Amino acid sequence: MKLSVLVNEGPYQHQSADSAIQFTKAALERGHEIFRVFFYHDGVNNGTRFAVPPQDDRNITQEWTALAKEHGLDLVVCIAAAQRRGILDENEAKRQGKDGNNIADGFRISGLGQLIEAGIQSDRMVIFGD
Amino acid sequence: MAEPWEDDELEGPVRKFMYVNRRAPYGTIYALESLEVVLIAAAFEQDVTLVFMDDGVYQIKKDQNTDAIGVKNFSPTYRALEGYDVEKLYVEKESLASRGLTTDDLIVPVQLVDKDQLAQLMEEQEVILSF
Repeated sequence: MKLSVLVNEGPYQHQSADSAIQFTKAALERGHEIFRVFFYHDGVNNGTRFAVPPQDDRNITQEWTALAKEHGLDLVVCIAAAQRRGILDENEAKRQGKDGNNIADGFRISGLGQLIEAGIQSDRMVIFGD
Repeated sequence: MAEPWEDDELEGPVRKFMYVNRRAPYGTIYALESLEVVLIAAAFEQDVTLVFMDDGVYQIKKDQNTDAIGVKNFSPTYRALEGYDVEKLYVEKESLASRGLTTDDLIVPVQLVDKDQLAQLMEEQEVILSF
């Protein structure tokens, strides 16, 4: 089945950030296709490489990066939600006159249209959040 | 075969999208960011249905005044939805009644449905986004 995943909550704050990546891994293991993972609301915070969780804890962003590399996942962070919360890639940082960017490898910033497209193109949209 | 200029991301079948608004308009950002999704989605010419239930019914209550909390009152935007061809707005009857509200208290025309009718509507959808 072709699936897309929507992540609406931030890492460490909310179990749904963990559930989303666990679900994605399980779906890939079962041979399903992941069309896209879209990060919205505080979910955009899953995409910062500047987070430094304690060493004996999981690093959710690094897990996404590794999973994206292994499976060619399309990890998309909503640009409007990201701007509010200070998640920037190189282009956005330049455009907004900021002195750095923090997007993690394997993630890209794009518009909400990518979420709608995922809804159109996928057999199922699976949502993680409250 | 499609020409390269036809190969844009708007292609694809028309699907039934439902946006379920369950939270109060202020206090968290879910309601505002849900509305942003609906407005963007309108450009994709999909079959869109909006539902307001639980505290989400407060999102379309008349006479909102946010001066004291320093947050923008975005409720007038719901009136603009009609201009985006988003015309199927449903409110769950029980949610409205239990909050002492009637459709006269709402800023946009809606259809009232009870929870069984709403369940039926949800059953008919292809994509349900709940905020």
